[in-house]
Amino acid sequence: MLTVPVETQLLFAGILFFLGLIGLLVRRNLVFMLMSIEIMFNSAGLVFIIAARQWNQPDGQVMFIFILAVTAVEVAIGLALILQVYHHFKTLDVDAIKKLHDNS
Amino acid sequence: MTTIIALIPALPLLSFLILVLFGGKLSRRVAGWIGAGSIGIAALLTGIAGIVLINALPNVKSYSVVLWQWMQAGNLSANIAFSLDSLSLVFCFVITFVGFLIHIYSIGFMANDEGFTRFFAYMNLFVSSMLILVLADNILLMYLGWEGVGLCSYLLIGFWYKDPANGTAARKAFIITRIGDTAMIIGIFILFVSFGTFNIQELMQMAGAKWIAGSSIAVLTAALLLGGALGKSAQLPLQTWLPDAMAGPSPVSALIHAATMVTAGVYLIARTNVLFSLAPIVQTCIAGIGALTLLIAGFSALGQHDLKRILAYSTISQIGYMFLALGVGAYSGAIFHFMIHAFFKALLFLAAGVVIQVLDEEHDIFKMGGLRKKMPVVFWTFLIGSASLSALPLVTAGFYSKDAILWFAYSSNNGGMTLWLAGITGAFLTALYSFRMIFITFYGEAKTEPSFKVGRLMTVPLIILAVLSVIGGFIELPASMGNIHMFSDLIRNTLPTVVLKNVEQLEWVFQVISSLIALSGIYLAYRFYYLKPAFIDSFHRSRLNHFFEKGFEFDKLYDVVFVKPIVWLSEVDKKDFIDLLNISVANLAIRLNLILSIAQNGKLRWYLLSFAIGIAFILTLMLKQ
Repeated sequence: MLTVPVETQLLFAGILFFLGLIGLLVRRNLVFMLMSIEIMFNSAGLVFIIAARQWNQPDGQVMFIFILAVTAVEVAIGLALILQVYHHFKTLDVDAIKKLHDNS
Repeated sequence: MTTIIALIPALPLLSFLILVLFGGKLSRRVAGWIGAGSIGIAALLTGIAGIVLINALPNVKSYSVVLWQWMQAGNLSANIAFSLDSLSLVFCFVITFVGFLIHIYSIGFMANDEGFTRFFAYMNLFVSSMLILVLADNILLMYLGWEGVGLCSYLLIGFWYKDPANGTAARKAFIITRIGDTAMIIGIFILFVSFGTFNIQELMQMAGAKWIAGSSIAVLTAALLLGGALGKSAQLPLQTWLPDAMAGPSPVSALIHAATMVTAGVYLIARTNVLFSLAPIVQTCIAGIGALTLLIAGFSALGQHDLKRILAYSTISQIGYMFLALGVGAYSGAIFHFMIHAFFKALLFLAAGVVIQVLDEEHDIFKMGGLRKKMPVVFWTFLIGSASLSALPLVTAGFYSKDAILWFAYSSNNGGMTLWLAGITGAFLTALYSFRMIFITFYGEAKTEPSFKVGRLMTVPLIILAVLSVIGGFIELPASMGNIHMFSDLIRNTLPTVVLKNVEQLEWVFQVISSLIALSGIYLAYRFYYLKPAFIDSFHRSRLNHFFEKGFEFDKLYDVVFVKPIVWLSEVDKKDFIDLLNISVANLAIRLNLILSIAQNGKLRWYLLSFAIGIAFILTLMLKQ
């Protein structure tokens, strides 16, 4: 079985996380922002899997299943919110949605 | 007996509490009868207490009752304690009895007013405070009542608070009387510091024993107390609030601004007469102020258009007579005039209230006229009240009370020709303006039609007061006719008797003169305002009449001397050093807010970036460790 050193595995997870973060900051469409968040979630889950494998403990994999469940819920709520936002503002551009800003 | 004395002020207070707490749930009928009934029972109790006291006199001078200790701090202690002597008995009688009649009248007068229970609650609180004022055994409790009546006066002048002018009038009354009250409380403090007690009787005894007549502390204290009395009794120079106080409902004017509260100053001076006899200068001032006030108010009354303002100036003028009497040391004369004045002036205000209400809130006498035939009861009672006010000889009570004051103004030890002349001129003016009112309002052609007939609730109090305004005088007849002195015998138990200087008794000459003066005033009113010669119209347009109408322009004077400089000073003072300091703190906060509020721009990605930077920053810090 091919063994990849644990540092490389973690580096991969880190790259994945930053890809998600950059997507979140750069994208203006709410749907893509939600997708970027999913990527960040998965990178975090990947770290759990790596840790479980490293120490031969099942806890990390259990944790990943939890994360999957939470992500599913989050996507459901997020999509519902996006639908509402679109319904209300007729756009998905986050920069156009800034009603909370200070007037002065 | 002690229970009765305690109950007299407690009953109106109880009914005030009931009306305030449960007023919303009571029907108008019940609320009205609770309000008036409590005063009625208090009047009954006063009657019983009066009979007991008069039977016990002169062996027992007063009945006292200590209810509980009010406050105790160091050597300062004050009790809730009442004391009934002949002076407070007369005041209690007027407050409860006249007050009861006015409450009965108010049930009819206020019947269609939305603030019906509120009105009775305030009135009851007023009666209670006034009774506390006159029954108080120590000067601090008296001050409590003193401020209580001031508060109720404020509340009731501004009773119809929806009109901002009424609120202004109420504030004016409150602020101007407050000037006097401040002087008075300083006087009370001086008394306490000097003698270490608040009890009025002890204070007076100690002052008489320890202070030298004419010493500066006695003069100062007397002058400060006089300041309080001047404010409350609307005497020169604090008289300007009373005409404006007519913004309140007519029963309020009758009870507070004619019969009772405005005479609290007379009560205060009579009660602390020892102090004033120790300060002869102040006492001379009282006589002088009284004489000046009665003249100025008399002239002002002559120029008024508003029925109630005529009566207001007339009240100031009549209290001027009381002060004149106090100033010459004729205490029983002052108290007697107070009582008779309460009868006829309450009557006049109540009758004026009927006239004004029936004519749909018409106050201008020149728009009235010809009411004699349409409202006979009101006309006859108003006529009797006016006759009593103008001291129509022999038949009216006002003649006996005013004549006594005029006689003492000349013949007492402190009196003299000048005071008598001022008094007799005032008597002439009184007769003139009273009958000017009668002839313009009730004679001539009708200008406004009465809109409804008044009920018996309102006319019966008028008739009772009219009867009292006539027969009230017969309990005190001068030496030259009848020589009955029931009233001064009663008062003599509490207050010193007047010291006469002239040995020869020429009283009847003075009585004839004052009678002729009163009659000539009435005759002139008939000539001027019934027959209406041409020059009267031109006089009404003249500048002198305008000057009278504005009450000698005292408002304008005070505006220029006090109000404008203070407003100017506060405008200038807006930007002094301390204010700049405060403003700079506020400015700093605004600047910081501007800087930080840039961060809150509503851009979601901007927030996310700040998150990321923040997390990176924290992580870096942790790695460094």
